[in-house]
Amino acid sequence: MPLTPVLTSRWGADQPWKLATYESLEGYAALRTALTMEPDELVTLVKDSGLRGRGGAGFPTGMKWSFIPQPKPGETPTGPAAKPKYLVVNADEGEPGTCKDLPLMMTDPHSLVEGVIISAYAIRCHYAVIYVRGEAVHAHRRLVAAVQEAYAAGYLGTDVLGSGYDLELVVHAGAGAYICGEETALLDSLEGYRGQPRLKPPFPAVAGLYGAPTVINNVETLASVPFVVRGGADWFKAFGPEKSPGPKIYSLSGRVVRPGQYEAPMGTTMRELLEMAGGIRPGHELKFWTPGGSSTPYFTAEHLDVPLDFDSVAAAGSMLGTTALMVFDETDSIVEATLRFTEFYAHESCGKCTPCREGTYWLVQILERLVEGRGTATDLDLLTDTCDNILGRSFCALGDGATSCIASSLKYFRDEYIALLPPEEQARLGRSLRLEPVGAAS
Amino acid sequence: MSALPGSAEGTAVTGLDSSPVDSSPETLADLPPLTEQTRLEAREIMARYPQARSALLPMLHLVQSVQGYVSPEGVTLCAEELGLTKAEVGAVATFYTMYKRSPTGRHLVSVCTNTLCNVLGGQRIMDALSADLGVHHNETAPDGSVTLEHAECLAACDYAPVVTVDYEFYDQQDVESARELVAALRRGEKPHPTRGAPLSDFRGISRQLAGFSQWADAGAEAAAVDAPWSAGPTLIGVHLADERGEAAPPMPRASATSSSGGEAAEAAGIESAQRGAPEPSGRSLADANDGTDTPAGTEPGTSGQGPAARPRSAPGPATRPRSAPGPATGKA
Repeated sequence: MPLTPVLTSRWGADQPWKLATYESLEGYAALRTALTMEPDELVTLVKDSGLRGRGGAGFPTGMKWSFIPQPKPGETPTGPAAKPKYLVVNADEGEPGTCKDLPLMMTDPHSLVEGVIISAYAIRCHYAVIYVRGEAVHAHRRLVAAVQEAYAAGYLGTDVLGSGYDLELVVHAGAGAYICGEETALLDSLEGYRGQPRLKPPFPAVAGLYGAPTVINNVETLASVPFVVRGGADWFKAFGPEKSPGPKIYSLSGRVVRPGQYEAPMGTTMRELLEMAGGIRPGHELKFWTPGGSSTPYFTAEHLDVPLDFDSVAAAGSMLGTTALMVFDETDSIVEATLRFTEFYAHESCGKCTPCREGTYWLVQILERLVEGRGTATDLDLLTDTCDNILGRSFCALGDGATSCIASSLKYFRDEYIALLPPEEQARLGRSLRLEPVGAAS
Repeated sequence: MSALPGSAEGTAVTGLDSSPVDSSPETLADLPPLTEQTRLEAREIMARYPQARSALLPMLHLVQSVQGYVSPEGVTLCAEELGLTKAEVGAVATFYTMYKRSPTGRHLVSVCTNTLCNVLGGQRIMDALSADLGVHHNETAPDGSVTLEHAECLAACDYAPVVTVDYEFYDQQDVESARELVAALRRGEKPHPTRGAPLSDFRGISRQLAGFSQWADAGAEAAAVDAPWSAGPTLIGVHLADERGEAAPPMPRASATSSSGGEAAEAAGIESAQRGAPEPSGRSLADANDGTDTPAGTEPGTSGQGPAARPRSAPGPATRPRSAPGPATGKA
């Protein structure tokens, strides 16, 4: 597949974050079109486009919008339909490896703002919030400036472009908690509480922010919406596979010659992306990679031809996640990489659910002694057993995500774990492996 | 309990940090007081939201912007304004990493030591800075210039290894460039970030996060938004597409509501348009990893650069990074 800049198409312009630049490149044209349409038409359009959430889970965006209870014509609304509707943008990018939303907000913040306005109009919402990761200060700064410009130009506020539609948009900074990328934890945080996940159901579409119907969408998802409006559903579906279409920003990092952001259709393979990125650094070879951040099970060289779309990656035993492609070569220790990820999950576990809070702590202890050469023959099974007791046993996906790198590394690189055991412990397993020197590269 | 590398002994790995909030008399005596102005600004934040309590996180950034950490006084102010107990506010403040429990140095230096940055040298950077400053994770140099911390993923993996100062990006660091960066900070200089505004300080950035301008006037504010940057990895795919003549299929002329599949199917001929596309020239290591002619720390005070000084971004991969603070990272 070729490169297909859509979301990134304005990025090469001079000062693309400014309103003047944005408007000169068809910016806010989609909003003008959208305001001539009925909200329900927009929901149908986005449904028809096949756009799926870019935050990792891949839930169909139009369907998510259609779950918002709306008043029926001629009836006095009751229950959730009678409450205000909210749109919350999940801009709390923090999954290790993921680095697509920050560049998008830094480079082309108006594309997100336009997407927010169209989407808010579609779900009949008059108050929207962009929850930006606190550490992302430059993205926050450019977003705030873009929102100010949009207010001044009449794209936000009362009577947007003379349409009679009102929308307030607030940029809200987080304060350093990965868990707030989980949508219900984000809502708690936005309400001024510790960011801890809520039990679902009720889903946010019925009882979200302040107990009212709420849509929570990822940055890249919303930035795609203006293009769907301008190009139409069929144009959008022309990118990649039928069930998971659209242009996608792939973020390559690590041991590649040219790391960075590459936008290509859904379903592009890692082999194609590696070619674009100049391949693995000279003299080295691919050892393992993540298709979508640290919570997605590792892939290896045998997965280079898996189409990177939601369904194909799941069928191959991992998850598309955020298309954060972290690339590691033969000099990188799988066990140490896994330990670092696990330390991350232990640090970021919010503490609400015991299996995740205690389990991630103990996983770090086990991995640490393995890396330090103090492991025992039973540690590998203990890792698996601990993971089994975390997976599926907590409110949110953080605990599940923490087990991904451990389970998949044991699946593909069990011998590397065994090689870290002292000889007598290896003997108990009936093995004798010598460890090649790793981790001392560059 | 085991500590992360670079952490003070006994620091727990878990997120449940139980370290106390600094309320020693000496610390409290040195703090600038929270004023009526702080209260008025707190109320301004509360007015932004349908329910006032949503203002709590920005309000904690606000009190931190005055005192350099979330002090007992800061907790009290938030509790009073929101009608909460101090325990309720404290429970929130201690949940989030960015709220500090003891006064921060003038600058907060964060080194990513998560997996991806680490394989490219993040931990070596952390260890070197820790040795230079004589402090561990979450500790402040005796001269008060710098607080050092190791950070979890900073969402800049394509620029790894990254260091941030007051959360502004200093991309593609190595041990030497990072040491020079911190040395410059300690000399009172403010090397320009690779992606970010002219450096202010930790309190200034906390003010921005509360939703207020930290700049003296609109000109400085605009200069911060439009500050020059070197965004090599961000733009690399766009430049490569230019070079290869690759593009997304054109949008049909008809508007959104058109549901005909015909022209879209034609437009969908992405693949066929691609075959035989020439290999791009100059596929070298250049671009982002090319480094810069500017040695670390010798370009302090670039903060005067407004929009006018911004280099025009040429649409080609030949764009060289402009103000990276360090020498080439030599990643390959």
